[in-house]
Amino acid sequence: MRTNTEIGYDSKIEGDVIVTRVDAALNWFRKNSVWPMPMGLACCAIELMAAGASRFDISRFGSEVMRFSPRQSDCMIVAGTVTYKMAGAVKRIYDQMPEPRWVIAMGACASTGGMYRSYAVLQGVDNIIPVDVYVSGCPPRPEALLDALIKLQNKISKEPVLKRLTAVAALKS
Amino acid sequence: MSALEFAKKIKAKFGDLISEPTKFRGEITIQLGDAERIVEVCEFAKKELDFNYLVDISSVDNYGEDPRWTIVYHLRRLADSCELRLKTSVSEEKSELPSVTTVWKTANWHEREIYDMMGVRFRGHPDLRRILMWEGYPYFPLRKDFPLAGKTTDVPGVAFTQPAPLEGGPFVTAPGGKDAIEREPRVRNPES
Repeated sequence: MRTNTEIGYDSKIEGDVIVTRVDAALNWFRKNSVWPMPMGLACCAIELMAAGASRFDISRFGSEVMRFSPRQSDCMIVAGTVTYKMAGAVKRIYDQMPEPRWVIAMGACASTGGMYRSYAVLQGVDNIIPVDVYVSGCPPRPEALLDALIKLQNKISKEPVLKRLTAVAALKS
Repeated sequence: MSALEFAKKIKAKFGDLISEPTKFRGEITIQLGDAERIVEVCEFAKKELDFNYLVDISSVDNYGEDPRWTIVYHLRRLADSCELRLKTSVSEEKSELPSVTTVWKTANWHEREIYDMMGVRFRGHPDLRRILMWEGYPYFPLRKDFPLAGKTTDVPGVAFTQPAPLEGGPFVTAPGGKDAIEREPRVRNPES
């Protein structure tokens, strides 16, 4: 005989009180409102726009608020070919984003330089900024980007936020 | 009037400076003997023959030959879409010729691109800066002796470059191969 075990919040048993860890709560807030900084540099940006539009609808994952200011964004989506001329600007924008911040390298060019083995193209954006999720494809379909976003959310939900915060506080005092 | 007739008019005006017009696939090309006279010829083509549109200026690196540079001007009459190609040669020691920005303003960016990629300078250009690469980049990447992978450079605060890993490449397609394995992009070093 099969039995179903309630592992979520059950209002019949727990009433109006939810018990959880601070880490889990903070990560839950964070992962469901990852505001992207769209770093659209080439054709991948078109797929990024498609992911933001109604058919694929990135807002199902709480990431619909594309911010064109690095100071208001959490996750830089590097969508396209990063040339050496643009690399300085990408690094500078990343440096202006407040912690915590994440980076998705979208497509072959942003991940490795792609087909551009040339004098003008940076061979992967991870040469200048740390990347959390790489997406393959040239360009990747919007589903692939959404999958990367879900992977990033899983990563965020495992971060030891409180430990990090107390460590920073200990350093400051 | 056809392009050949316009080419003959230019030849009649400048004489030995201009080569006999050559025809290839219906397109007419004339060669200008002295690159220093390019402005005169272009002015004549625009003012007298109404070639009012400069489609493009391109440059060729004849590496190992003298003169090394060939500069190619594509002229067009908007009235009847008549096209004429004008070529001239510049030696490597000189690497300089007069700018035609006084004739067609659009030559500004075409000449900047040639300067950026080939390192041929245009005398009298109002703003001869690099257009694709950044100021301070020390090489001219479209020259035949520049490696495909690039070279290490660093302009602090502006940009840096590193040679790209070619992994035994460059990868070249071979059209006409008997199957996909023969045709697809693979390492095909000319010496191997």
